[in-house]
Amino acid sequence: MNDMSDDDMQKHEGTSRRDFLRTAGLAAGAAVVGTTASAQEADPLITELQEWASATGEGVDATPYGMPIRFEGDVVRRTVSWLTADPISSINFTPIHALEGTITPQGCAFERHHSGAIELSKDDYRLMITGLVDRPLVFTWDDLQRFPRENHVYFCECAANSGMEWAGAQLNGAQFTHGMIHNMEYTGIPLRVLLEEAGVQPEGQWVFVEGADASSNGRSIPLEKAMDDVLVAFSANGEALRKEHGYPVRLVVPGWEGNMWVKWVRRIGVTHSAVEAREETSKYTDLMPDGRARKWTWAMDAKSVITSPSPQMPIRHGAGPLVITGLAWSGRGAIERVDVSLDGGRNWQTARLGTQGGKYALSRFYLEIEWDGSPMLLQSRAVDDTGYVQPTKDALREIRGLNSVYHNNGIQTWAVYENGAVENVEVES
Amino acid sequence: MSKSSLNLLAATALVGAFALPAFAQTYNLGRAALPEEISAWDIAVEPDGTGLPEGSGDVFTGEDLWVENCAMCHGDFGEGAGAYPVIAGGEGTLRDRRPVKTVGSYWPYLSTVWDYVHRSMPFGNAQILSADDTYAITAYILYSNGLVDDDFVLSRDNFTEVVMPNADGFYVDDRVENEFPLFTAAACMSDCGGERHITRRATDLQSTPEGAVTVFAPDRPTGVAANAAAPEGGEGAAPAAAPAEPVVQEAAAEPAMPALDPALVAAGEGLWRQCRSCHQIGEGARNGTGPALTGIVGHPAGAVDGFRYSGPMQEAGANGLVWDAEHLDAFLADPRGYMPGTRMSFRGLRSAEDRAAMIAYLQSFSQ
Repeated sequence: MNDMSDDDMQKHEGTSRRDFLRTAGLAAGAAVVGTTASAQEADPLITELQEWASATGEGVDATPYGMPIRFEGDVVRRTVSWLTADPISSINFTPIHALEGTITPQGCAFERHHSGAIELSKDDYRLMITGLVDRPLVFTWDDLQRFPRENHVYFCECAANSGMEWAGAQLNGAQFTHGMIHNMEYTGIPLRVLLEEAGVQPEGQWVFVEGADASSNGRSIPLEKAMDDVLVAFSANGEALRKEHGYPVRLVVPGWEGNMWVKWVRRIGVTHSAVEAREETSKYTDLMPDGRARKWTWAMDAKSVITSPSPQMPIRHGAGPLVITGLAWSGRGAIERVDVSLDGGRNWQTARLGTQGGKYALSRFYLEIEWDGSPMLLQSRAVDDTGYVQPTKDALREIRGLNSVYHNNGIQTWAVYENGAVENVEVES
Repeated sequence: MSKSSLNLLAATALVGAFALPAFAQTYNLGRAALPEEISAWDIAVEPDGTGLPEGSGDVFTGEDLWVENCAMCHGDFGEGAGAYPVIAGGEGTLRDRRPVKTVGSYWPYLSTVWDYVHRSMPFGNAQILSADDTYAITAYILYSNGLVDDDFVLSRDNFTEVVMPNADGFYVDDRVENEFPLFTAAACMSDCGGERHITRRATDLQSTPEGAVTVFAPDRPTGVAANAAAPEGGEGAAPAAAPAEPVVQEAAAEPAMPALDPALVAAGEGLWRQCRSCHQIGEGARNGTGPALTGIVGHPAGAVDGFRYSGPMQEAGANGLVWDAEHLDAFLADPRGYMPGTRMSFRGLRSAEDRAAMIAYLQSFSQ
């Protein structure tokens, strides 16, 4: 219940206008915080003995499980409180603006719950396979550990990522416009292996997958996908899943919308038809201008975003060498190329792929430029290995109108001002 | 053997290798699921009625269950409360700029309603409704959408006869057929269109959480189009009036609280079920749909830190209302009657005994 309704997606409350319009901050800051090589006086951090260079630091075991150093305390998930009716059935956002590489640490990977994050122990965990199978089965955690397992890096993107931007630029930060995504290395059992163990009957064409939490979120997946690359996963980035991501076991549905990645997965029922549950009819369907709606819009189309500079990552160093970087992904395959524009989409140059992700995984791109300090309209454009070119938001609106909520993969524009501040905008020629 | 028959043989072998499940390896792991285990967990209901249990329920029974279990979030008539989903109405709005997607206006299958109510509702107390309860609530939802009369009885037997108004409103994803041809053309690399100007700015909407952005744009650049305002349909762009500072009364002569009756507190704890989808209480309680209520007894009204109260509630607090037993009793008896305009959509506790128990329970977190 209480998902982001369409109305909610465009609602907002007064918060930061007076702050935003404050002109202090950067222009003055840039002049003072000169950490370039042109210092005129000797740097006391170099010439004077610092405490950390003399006294000892913390011993081992001070933190048996380490957290980021306190200086990184603002690199955290954040929510937008007006999106949902309450925090139990809600979502927050990965701080993608402040992350590097492509792997998302579990501790700051976005959360989406429908009835809150439950605590379910390995001992209490059961997975049942039912429906059109020869042998309905129950597996314990220990049973699952005895099946062959695989490792794969995949992104998980909520279908509503960027959904608040359909009607125009709204949220000021890559975390909020594009942060309903994470990218992890999963360890799990191919669902195919478990289905073969139960023996799928010929009339079985779909699987219906449910979670053990109170929302009992259920989604129908065509058998073809279930037998292809879906994983029943128990680890991410080398360690157990976090509670908020479905500990001890979740479904991984590569390239497809995050809602299908059922957490705390407890039952996989083989059916002849789609169940048409609430999350695949009332929600996660895309209302079109003619009043009808697309359903089964599972795949996440190619998309990209510049993570820095971005509103939360302004340019603090003034003119000169500037690293433009961001993320790109496609739920239809692998990223082949990312183009970057400095002038709002008139001229493009191809960025360098620092990490070229595999199929259904994030890629990291870089474009190093010499910034002359004049305003820019930054955009990025992903191209995947099917030849699909990430469209503009206007091109999507042309087809889908303003009410489809989900699957907004349009090109994002950041306006960069002379003082280095960055703002979420939309442009037209 | 001819070349073509060799090819045929190779093809057959290939098909054989992929045929499932006949050639699939099994590990003999897991155990057989027992019938009672399957019936406990396999509760999905499909559009053709597959999975529906025996049972029935009428509109009036459904209304009682609705008021008790559903109305605090979805409104007495399915009109929705706060930001919770609207269940009824919205017919003919799907092409509007602000469509109202309800069971009546949008949901294509009645099975979805039954399945969802049965497996996921009420929020915070899910999977407690019997089959008959679920038929009755589903019948009431149909009634509140004007789809059946008030003497309607829904059962497994007549279930598939109900056709939802928007049953034909959905079609299978056609992006590959209808969008890919447009979006797979070679990308333009230079001189693509005219000079760009900014048409919309996120800062016009003030909807980004405070503190997220610490470096701010200079004065608005020139050349920003005049229409660079809130997206169409955006609402609430004007910041809410600053809430009046709550007047905290001096606790000079705080009356001693009488010792609590443990039986009364326990009874209140039982009633709390109706509150907990919106309120938290106890150590570490946080604001949700409603404010955290730890320490609420004896606390000024409209003054829990960080909660956005309705105007009337803020006003009452500013005027000195304190939640002592007497005022809580009056409020809980009829929240919206006592305080018109309150955001609390709870219908109230009619029994004085229940109210005393609830107040005792609240008070047990105030000492």
